[in-house]
Amino acid sequence: MWMNLLLAIATLLLLAGAFGALLGYASVRLRRDDDSLVEQIDAVLPQTQCGQCGYPGCRPYAEAIAEGDAINKCPPGGEATIQSLANLLDVEPQPLDAEHGEEQPKRVAYIREAECIGCTKCIQACPVDAIVGAPKFMHTVIESECTGCDLCVDPCPVDCIDMIEVARGIDDWVPPHPADRPLTHDGPVIATDQRPAEASA
Amino acid sequence: MGTQFDFPGGIHPPDNKLRSLQTPIRQAPLPDRLTVPLRQHRGDPGRVVVAVGDHVLTGQPLSEGQPGRSVPVHAPTSGTITAIKSHEVPHASGLEETCILIEADGRDQWYKLAPCPDSASTAERYDHLHRTGVVGLGGAGFPTRDKLQSAEAAPDVLILNGAECEPYITADQALMRERPDSVVAGALALWRLVGAGRCLIGIEDNKPDAIEALRQSAEGTSVEIRVVATRYPSGGERQLIQLLTGLEVPSGGLPADVGVLCQNVATAVAVDRSLRLGEPVIQRITTLTGEALARPGNIEARIGTPLDHLLFEAGLDPQRLHRLIMGGPLMGFDLTTTGLPLIKTANCLIAGTAGEFPDPPVPQPCIRCGLCEQACPVDLLPQQLYWFASAGEHRKAEHFDLFDCIECGACDWVCPSHLPLTEYYRHSKGVLRQEQKEQAEADHARQRFEERQARLEREQAEREERRRARQQAREQRHNVAPAEASEAATAAATSPTAPGPDRETLIQRRDQARQKVEEAQAQLAEAREQTPEAVPKLERALNKHQKRLDAAEKALSDAQEDT
Repeated sequence: MWMNLLLAIATLLLLAGAFGALLGYASVRLRRDDDSLVEQIDAVLPQTQCGQCGYPGCRPYAEAIAEGDAINKCPPGGEATIQSLANLLDVEPQPLDAEHGEEQPKRVAYIREAECIGCTKCIQACPVDAIVGAPKFMHTVIESECTGCDLCVDPCPVDCIDMIEVARGIDDWVPPHPADRPLTHDGPVIATDQRPAEASA
Repeated sequence: MGTQFDFPGGIHPPDNKLRSLQTPIRQAPLPDRLTVPLRQHRGDPGRVVVAVGDHVLTGQPLSEGQPGRSVPVHAPTSGTITAIKSHEVPHASGLEETCILIEADGRDQWYKLAPCPDSASTAERYDHLHRTGVVGLGGAGFPTRDKLQSAEAAPDVLILNGAECEPYITADQALMRERPDSVVAGALALWRLVGAGRCLIGIEDNKPDAIEALRQSAEGTSVEIRVVATRYPSGGERQLIQLLTGLEVPSGGLPADVGVLCQNVATAVAVDRSLRLGEPVIQRITTLTGEALARPGNIEARIGTPLDHLLFEAGLDPQRLHRLIMGGPLMGFDLTTTGLPLIKTANCLIAGTAGEFPDPPVPQPCIRCGLCEQACPVDLLPQQLYWFASAGEHRKAEHFDLFDCIECGACDWVCPSHLPLTEYYRHSKGVLRQEQKEQAEADHARQRFEERQARLEREQAEREERRRARQQAREQRHNVAPAEASEAATAAATSPTAPGPDRETLIQRRDQARQKVEEAQAQLAEAREQTPEAVPKLERALNKHQKRLDAAEKALSDAQEDT
């Protein structure tokens, strides 16, 4: 009786131990390729390289997310990025962490050229080399390359950099969702009385 | 003559074409002011080549094409440019774009036109078309050169699209019945240009007058007139190709992939006039119709003519106007103001009354009746696309071939729940395009960021390397120095200032310094004549160089004395 009981426990323990070892070995040996996960996360992030998440760029934040950091620290990406990250990592989407900033429309840096003293500080700060200029020569922003990260604004000693909203032209226009469009009239709601004028006539 | 081929779906809406066909094509009087949008085609705007205050002649280029799909526009009449600024343009968004405003002088003097020389190669002829601003006049406004170039080899079939299947629009029909010779001439010009095997003109059987006129004009040529049954949207490029050849343009592909080139009849006429006369696209035939107009009809007007000018000509009753539509009732879009200019792609303007275009009934829920699926000319699943699009699941809609939708509106027409299906698809496509654009921008930014990081690391490594090299050199000198010192002591008789630079280096240094001084003197002399404010700075620089030269000479003479 006791023997049987002990035998059963021993068998189960042995099995558990064996499978545990197998799983442990598998998790080390067949480890999920972290780099590919980081790549995937990095591909979702907006690449403004602004550092608002607290990491020095999008890639470092992608690495942090892969290590288990929160996914709601990216204000430029906003809700859309959080949603994509949640889908990718199969976790619950969370609202944007206000501590790191608010979602804003796309902006670009603009240097008031008359006031620029040519100190090159903004050039060094720009994460995507979107500012051209040389020491003691006026600098300017290449608008098409600017990600609107804000990082050049603080270093400027004469405060001649403004962040301005990008004008949205016809190319950026998205036809509105029909449900967002106000109804032009409050007509009949039921299909059978579609033409009230004819019905009454 | 019927056709043996068919496309799926399609609808038969009342065509309402007779109203605008009662009178021949009229010429619109020249307006006093014209507004020419820089972008009247699918692509990017060209670069402006005129300035405010310039006097321009009819047909003079106002902008020039840039690399990519960027087509120039031309002055529609002679006059003075009063402004180049943002102005509302006819577009579904109602947004503004850069336009050139011209005040007409009323003389309509023509610019000297250059026809395409007979010796020109095919590529040169394409460029000639581009320079004269030829774009698809059927409604989409695709640059003609780019369309012609899309085929790598000569197409098997050239199709001229005269089907004009959308209700109300009769601009092509009027052109074909009144100017059949120019249509056939245009067909022959295009045919010669692209060298296709056959040339067909496709036309719907509800236009007997146009068919008869074209048949007579095409007699003696090998241009074939093909009549197709009236059904919307047989005038869609892909649908007409399918009707006439039985070939289906692959998803995401071009007609060139099946060896077909399709051009609108009005475009063919524009191509002919551009090659033969050098005439740019500065006017077009447009249909003015709708019950709010007293004198509907087709009117030939200059591009840039304000729409209210045209509507006034056609006798608009503003009291009765309820909806103003550019394009047809199915594929067109509403205009909120009449202060917009006529553009190259505007084939029709409908001034509808409330009785003609009642406000759409409130949409009801989709009942999955499947009527839309039967009407769809491209065999999509409209209700499925609708579920995805309305729920914001645009990616899923994309997997259900959303981008093959030609936005013909046939599904809206048959929907018993009055759902604005096409609007959902347009929204979905817009969101997806925007996402694609943002993704491309993000990828670009990532590449720049990564390259910058790599550069910074490289520079850091180089600095490290240099520092180490210097340190090593210093250590070596340190170790070697005592040994050298004893050597120097033995050599002291000949050279007491042992570890100094040797004589050649000193000479080199002196020469360099002298050269600098000479350069500075030359700069100073130049500055005295041209930029006096720079003189003090240059004088300081010259002094500095002079001192260096003196020092170098002194060092050299010391060295020479020592030896």
